[in-house]
Amino acid sequence: MVGRNAAVAIRVEGLQKSFGDEPVLWDLDLEVQWGEFLVLLGANGTGKTTLLRLMSTQARPEAGQILVAGYDQKRQPRAIRRNIGVVGHLSYLYEDLTCRENLEFYGRLYQVKELSRQLEMVLERVGLTQRAHQRVRTLSHGLRQRLALARAILHEPSILLLDEPEGGLDRQSIGMLRQLTAEWTAAGGSIVMTTHNEELGRSWAHRVGVLSQGKVHFPQESPGWQEAGRHGAAAADGFSAQQPLAAAVSQTVP
Amino acid sequence: MSSALRPLLVMVWKDILLEVRSKDIIISVLVFGFLVAVVFNFALNVSPQRVSELAAGILWVAFAFAGTLAMNRAFVKEKEQGGLEGLLLSPVSRDAVFLGKVLVSFLFMLIIEGLLLPVFAAMLGFSGLSWALILTILLATLGFATVGTLFSAIAVQTRSREIMLPILFFPIILPVLIGAVEASSNVTSSQASLSSTNVRNSRLFSAWPDL
Repeated sequence: MVGRNAAVAIRVEGLQKSFGDEPVLWDLDLEVQWGEFLVLLGANGTGKTTLLRLMSTQARPEAGQILVAGYDQKRQPRAIRRNIGVVGHLSYLYEDLTCRENLEFYGRLYQVKELSRQLEMVLERVGLTQRAHQRVRTLSHGLRQRLALARAILHEPSILLLDEPEGGLDRQSIGMLRQLTAEWTAAGGSIVMTTHNEELGRSWAHRVGVLSQGKVHFPQESPGWQEAGRHGAAAADGFSAQQPLAAAVSQTVP
Repeated sequence: MSSALRPLLVMVWKDILLEVRSKDIIISVLVFGFLVAVVFNFALNVSPQRVSELAAGILWVAFAFAGTLAMNRAFVKEKEQGGLEGLLLSPVSRDAVFLGKVLVSFLFMLIIEGLLLPVFAAMLGFSGLSWALILTILLATLGFATVGTLFSAIAVQTRSREIMLPILFFPIILPVLIGAVEASSNVTSSQASLSSTNVRNSRLFSAWPDL
C-alpha cells in the first residue's frame, strides 16, 4: 500500500550513512505514523539534517531501507518527492522572481491543479498575500522562510520535512508555523521537524526523538500522541514531557 | 500539451524571466565575446589577406569562451540560490531537468551568437547572412549546449567550479569545435576571396588603416 494508504508515513530500517570515514548514522530504525508530529533534537553534527536529506531523496544511504508514504527511497524517489514538502536550510527560491512567480514555477513543476486558487490560498496561509508581487530579494529572512513554507505546502503533500524552520522567525511567524503544523497533523498529515529549540520541540511535538551516536533515542514516549494527533492543536498544547528533555539529551549526547 | 514537455517549458520560462530581470548573463557575456574579438584582431594582426584563414577560428574561440562563461554563470546562480536543489526535490525527472537546461543554454547561446555575429562580420569583413554558416552555428551550438550542460552540472558541484568547467569541457567538445571551424572556414574563405575589397572598406579597417 502506498501514498496515504501506506501503513505508516515513514519507516526507516537499518539506515547507515557516513561522510568519508566518519559515520553519521548507523543501524538507525525509525517509524513515523500518519498524523504524527515528530521532533528531532540533537547536538550539531549528529545527523539531523542528513536524516531529513535521506528521507527527502536528496542523499543516498549506504545501507538500510527508507519507505516514505510506502515508496522506496532508492527505487521510487519521484513518487516520494510528490508526497513530501521540504523546508531546508536553503529556501529553494529565486531571488529575482516575485513570491507569486516562485510559487507559480514550483506549482507548474508539481502540476498543481487549480494553481491560481491554490496560490492565493497558500499565500494567505503564510500571510504573504500583500507581498505576492514583491521580489524575494527584497524580503527579510523571516518572510523568505514563510515563502519557503508556502512552497513546501503548495502541492498539498502528505508529509512535511522541516529542517529548523523556526530559524529567524518572529513571534507572529512562529505562531503561524505552529498553527499550520497543528492543523496539518490534525488533517492526518505527518511532520518530521528538526530543531535546536528544545522548549518549542517539546511543546509542539507528539513525540520527541534525540539523535545521538547514529541513532534516534526516545527518552520520553508520550502515550497520548495519537490522541493528540487526532485533536490537532488543542491536544498538542496539552502534551507534557515526563522527564526534562535537557536531561535526556545530556544522557544521550556523548 | 504533453506532460513530458511541460516541465521543460516551465524551466525555460523561469530562466528567461530571471535573465530579463537580472540581465547578468547575456550582457556580460556579450561584452566578453566582443572583447575576445578585439583582442584577437590585434594579437593576430588580421589583415584582409589573412581574413579567410583566421575569421572562422576567431569566431568560434569567442563563441566557445562566451558560451562556457554563460553556462557556468547560469549553473552557479542556480546553485547559489538553492534552485538546483529545489528542482531536484520536485517530482520532475532528472532527464527533464537536464533537457530543460540544455534548451535554455541553447537559446541563450543562440541569442549571444546572433548578437555577436554581425559585429564579427563587420570587423572581419565577411557576411554573416549565409545559410551554410547559420546552419553550422545552429548545429554546433546544439552540440555545445548539450555537452556543456552535462559538464556544468558536474562542475557546479565542485569547489573550484569556475575553472573546472573549461578544464573538463574543452577536451570533450574539441571535435565539435574543429568541425564548426572547418565548416565556417569554408564559408568565410569563399566570401573573403570574392570580396576582399569589401574587407578593406569595412569599418574597422578604415578606422585603423595600418591594420
